[in-house]
Amino acid sequence: MSLLHAAFERAAAENRAALIAYIPAGFPTVEKCYDLVRAIVDGGADIVEIGWPYSDPLMDGPIIQQAAEMALHNGAHATDVLNTVSVVGDAGAVPLVMSYWNLIERYGVEAFAHDLKAAGGVGVITPDLTPEEAGPWMAATDSDEIDRIFLVAPSSTDQRLNIVTDATTGFVYAASLMGVTGTRASVSSHAAELVARTREVTSLPIAVGLGVSTPAQAAEVAQYADGVIVGSAYVKAVLDADSHEEAVIAVRSLSAALAQGVRRS
Amino acid sequence: MTATLPDARGHFGQFGGRFVPEALMAALEQLEREYEAAKADPAFSAELTHLHATYSGRPSILTDAKRFAEHCGGARILLKREDLNHTGSHKINNVLGQALLTKRMGKTRVIAETGAGQHGVASATAAALLGLECVVYMGEEDTKRQALNVARMRMLGATVVPVTSGSKTLKDAVNEAMRDWVANVDNTHYLLGTVAGPHPFPMMVRDFHRVIGLEAREQTLSLTGRLPDAVVACIGGGSNAIGIFHPFLDDTDVRLIGFEAGGDGVETGRHAACIGGGLTGVFQGSRSYLMQDAEGQTIESHSISAGLDYPGVGPEHAYLNEIGRAEYRAITDKEAMDAFLVLCRTEGIIPAIESAHALAGAIKIGKELGPEAVLLVNLSGRGDKDVATAAAYFEEVGMA
Ligand SMILES: Cc1ncc(COP(=O)(O)O)c(C=O)c1O
Repeated sequence: MSLLHAAFERAAAENRAALIAYIPAGFPTVEKCYDLVRAIVDGGADIVEIGWPYSDPLMDGPIIQQAAEMALHNGAHATDVLNTVSVVGDAGAVPLVMSYWNLIERYGVEAFAHDLKAAGGVGVITPDLTPEEAGPWMAATDSDEIDRIFLVAPSSTDQRLNIVTDATTGFVYAASLMGVTGTRASVSSHAAELVARTREVTSLPIAVGLGVSTPAQAAEVAQYADGVIVGSAYVKAVLDADSHEEAVIAVRSLSAALAQGVRRS
Repeated sequence: MTATLPDARGHFGQFGGRFVPEALMAALEQLEREYEAAKADPAFSAELTHLHATYSGRPSILTDAKRFAEHCGGARILLKREDLNHTGSHKINNVLGQALLTKRMGKTRVIAETGAGQHGVASATAAALLGLECVVYMGEEDTKRQALNVARMRMLGATVVPVTSGSKTLKDAVNEAMRDWVANVDNTHYLLGTVAGPHPFPMMVRDFHRVIGLEAREQTLSLTGRLPDAVVACIGGGSNAIGIFHPFLDDTDVRLIGFEAGGDGVETGRHAACIGGGLTGVFQGSRSYLMQDAEGQTIESHSISAGLDYPGVGPEHAYLNEIGRAEYRAITDKEAMDAFLVLCRTEGIIPAIESAHALAGAIKIGKELGPEAVLLVNLSGRGDKDVATAAAYFEEVGMA
């Protein structure tokens, strides 16, 4: 069984959803990000997505855009992404990468799957790659046993839910709303319905992301999803902190609060 | 045979396709369906043709530029006068088509990206004409460079949103428009301004611009009794070029030559020549050539022409380059501005700086081919919007 599957099973056995945190590599700097990752895991995240900062993040809102710009400005490179993946694994959580497609294509599709495996990474989320264009990626991830996580969205037709879930391994990423990443006042009403529709076509775990940022929202989503994905809230906690030490404390306590939130009472 | 592309999934050979968030897939599928239905509906074509004839001023004329030709090795230079269209460039052809399609889809709001402001002005114009709400995303840098067009858009009732993310230019405006579209796709159509982005945009935008080449082919035949030796156009995203090239694809004796923005020179790295100086990759929805670094991060482009200052290029051009059916070369800022002034002084036509890249190309190709040659040149827009930029440039280099 894959590490990813094991993480979802463990969470389910404990009557909770898995907590999936997102932080971009190299944010705010490469070294500081390592500290943040350790604190996020220490606070209780089961799985950590390491974002690969990209110059044109068209699925991201202002918070994550700002983080990506800072990371790139401070010199984040592909090797830093892989090194940060290793930090996640060493800290005891399951490492994933979230990357826009051109970065992986330029790195070399097979080489990336291979090097990610070597770094301890178990899966990749590709927000702008759909199964229709993923031929070489499917082959590379199959041969290196890397999970490939595609997204479903509220607008996905039933036909598309089938296409996406057939191509996906590990878990399905359900985008809770029609929009970009960012914090929102409430969880989209589309999320529960999307998860229910997706369950009809797959037995894979389903995690909900986009606009989930508070423990209360995590608790709400945990009622119907197998995993809760939180990104912008972590980034915002870092941006709002006055010092690196404060940022580390802030992300650790955010993880702890969210880890409480994902428990099903 | 090349004229039948793209395939059902929007591929031109290895290029094109759809690289977008899943949330947009349903909208792209809907758009493709509605566009195919509209294309097959005589009433839709009739309405568009009527607008061309009574609103934007088609067919645009062909000008035999005899005095300009003296600078082109004596080759005969035929200018396809897209500069005379309403709003001042070829952009209106695509915009009217997509705006009619927006109404047909029952959507009430259009969004657009713009660099130079020409596509934004055309979009604001069509929105006013058809009673649609219009929001235009424009890089903050460009809102300063093209203040006149910002004022025009606002006058026409559009909301102009300055984009402050990334490099604050056209590519960032596209990102922002995509973000808006994901969130508002129920009532909003993304009126994309060139032959880039995910399928069906490269195909649909091309089809709406084919009228340029269809007219020009007939006009050239009736004026000269033969086809041109070469068809010449500037390349930003590539819409005016594909519009004039496409009806000639099967005329294999006709050379198709696109001129990219060479900025300070391709060798300096400060340019916008994606085919001549970029690498293949995926950018803003499709696979093509783009300006990127070794790790796939987009590199900022540089050109004196805001409309060509874009680090990507349409996938069909990437394909035509790969199979050798079209050629792509770069024109530096200086070459373009020299040609700009030549056209002003020989023909009494102030071209858009974008189009001046095609004119500079014509000067080169004319000299290569000699006085027997006939060159069809797409004069994609007029230079009113560029007068301040051009004046500043000529002052700086001590000309004019
Ligand atoms: C007059 C003119 N020509 C050309 C272009 C470049 O676009 P494309 O390559 O899509 O024709 C622009 C874009 O703003 C333009 O305004």
